[in-house]
Amino acid sequence: MNLDALLAFFVDPDLLERYGPRFIDGLLVTGKLVAISFTLGALLGLLLALARLSNNVLLQRLSAGYIYFFRGSPLLAQLFLLYYGLGSLKSFWQDVGMWWFFREAWYCTLLAFTLNTAAYQAEIFRGSLMAVAPGQYEAARALSLKRSTTFFKVILPQSLIVAIGPLGNELILMIKASAIASLVTIYDLMGVTKLAFSRSFDFQIYLWAAVLYLLIVEIVRRSLKHIEARLGRHLR
Amino acid sequence: MTAPLSLAAARPDTHPDPRKVVVSIDGLNKFYGDFHVLRDVDLKVREGERIVLCGPSGSGKSTLIRCINRLEIAEKGTLLVNDTDLALTTRQAAEVRSEIGMVFQHFNLFPHMSVLDNCTLAPMSVRGLSRKEAEERARFYLNKVGIESQAGKYPSQLSGGQQQRVAIARALCMKPKIMLFDEPTSALDPEMVAEVLDVLVKLADTGMTMLCVTHEMGFARQVAERVLFLDGGQIIEDAPPEAFFNNPQSDRAKGFLAQILH
Ligand SMILES: Nc1ncnc2c1ncn2[C@@H]1O[C@H](COP(=O)(O)OP(=O)(O)OP(=O)(O)O)[C@@H](O)[C@H]1O
Ligand SMILES: [Mg+2]
Repeated sequence: MNLDALLAFFVDPDLLERYGPRFIDGLLVTGKLVAISFTLGALLGLLLALARLSNNVLLQRLSAGYIYFFRGSPLLAQLFLLYYGLGSLKSFWQDVGMWWFFREAWYCTLLAFTLNTAAYQAEIFRGSLMAVAPGQYEAARALSLKRSTTFFKVILPQSLIVAIGPLGNELILMIKASAIASLVTIYDLMGVTKLAFSRSFDFQIYLWAAVLYLLIVEIVRRSLKHIEARLGRHLR
Repeated sequence: MTAPLSLAAARPDTHPDPRKVVVSIDGLNKFYGDFHVLRDVDLKVREGERIVLCGPSGSGKSTLIRCINRLEIAEKGTLLVNDTDLALTTRQAAEVRSEIGMVFQHFNLFPHMSVLDNCTLAPMSVRGLSRKEAEERARFYLNKVGIESQAGKYPSQLSGGQQQRVAIARALCMKPKIMLFDEPTSALDPEMVAEVLDVLVKLADTGMTMLCVTHEMGFARQVAERVLFLDGGQIIEDAPPEAFFNNPQSDRAKGFLAQILH
């Protein structure tokens, strides 16, 4: 086997021409799916963390229950529950005017991913908020800073520096877990891979997918390392 | 001080002091759970007075000064600052509280902000100063504490003594009427204690009302008008420094002085 043949074994030019553009599309869908759900999940997660750390027992319990449920069951089960479970209550959603939402696999997937990552991110935020030294709150109080100023200017920036590493890990896990979106008809990276394979029956398609996932994860990992180094510059 | 030494322990209401009372504490009691930290503390601080608090570890010194700006809340007794009960949620109470500055043993600077930003945050967000005004004020006080050239640095890039001076400048930027210090030099390496004490002496010279928890007895002799000795949550002695150091009344104060002066 010469070099060209070896190359064609892994990257067949015909195959690439036929399915390459679809892979780009799939990559974009995966990126969009993860970016949106991760960002919304961060907002929800922060609120959940604050609820868990609040003095209100009801909020604490609700938040703890939420986190317990979403971390304790598989993402796949949550996705199916939303898409097939809630999605089967067609007349109900039509009555409340939400059918447009639960009809679409895309929205259901976004929702499931957001709810799931929010639970993990809530725990990350909770830990990082608790890691801020009590003296910081005291200094803020001694300066008569308002609670909102204390939180946004003093506490949150410091806790984000602690959180960024674990958040990066969560993002990477999300990117890989997002492949299950393909099970509810989403043509994300995994979705186009399955499609291309079902037509070509060439295993190299899966190799491409693996390499592409690896590539995104690596890019994310490096960017995070860079950001982390910049943010934490003055805290060591 | 002309007061006869024998009167030192039972001062000074017989000698009317014309200065206004700015902190008035009456029958203050504070508990941590079952632990009775402050027991019936009475204290009057007059405008411009410089008071040093000392006493063994755990005697309640920090708790007492933290009660004054409500970092701790006492269960019983009254505590008025400028005739205002800071427990109230009125505007005036908030205003008075914002005029009490505090410096901590471990500086508690905001590590993610530059020295300048540490000093401008509260004046801008609490006092409503513009950035320009706040920076001017910050530079003025940073200059006073001898650290203006470091304004752009981050706290972690400064020595402990420099950080504590920044913390003092940060508090002064709020133009406080009363300054509280909780062992401001005890977390410092010995060679940095003097630079911070110098700043405190200069501040005392400006007529600032100061309450300072410290075991720096040289400093107490130099600037304090009164030394309070706390033990077991009570003020056991309240006397001018000379009287306190040369002629402590209680055995506990004698023992304490013997220990820290070797
Ligand atoms: N948050 C708290 N919860 C429970 N006990 C506390 C708390 N803070 C202080 N104490 C206890 O109250 C007592 C008085 O504490 P405080 O910090 O006022 O003492 P101190 O005189 O400042 O001592 P030190 O010289 O060690 O700073 C100590 O026995 C301390 O253990
Ligand atoms: Mg103390």
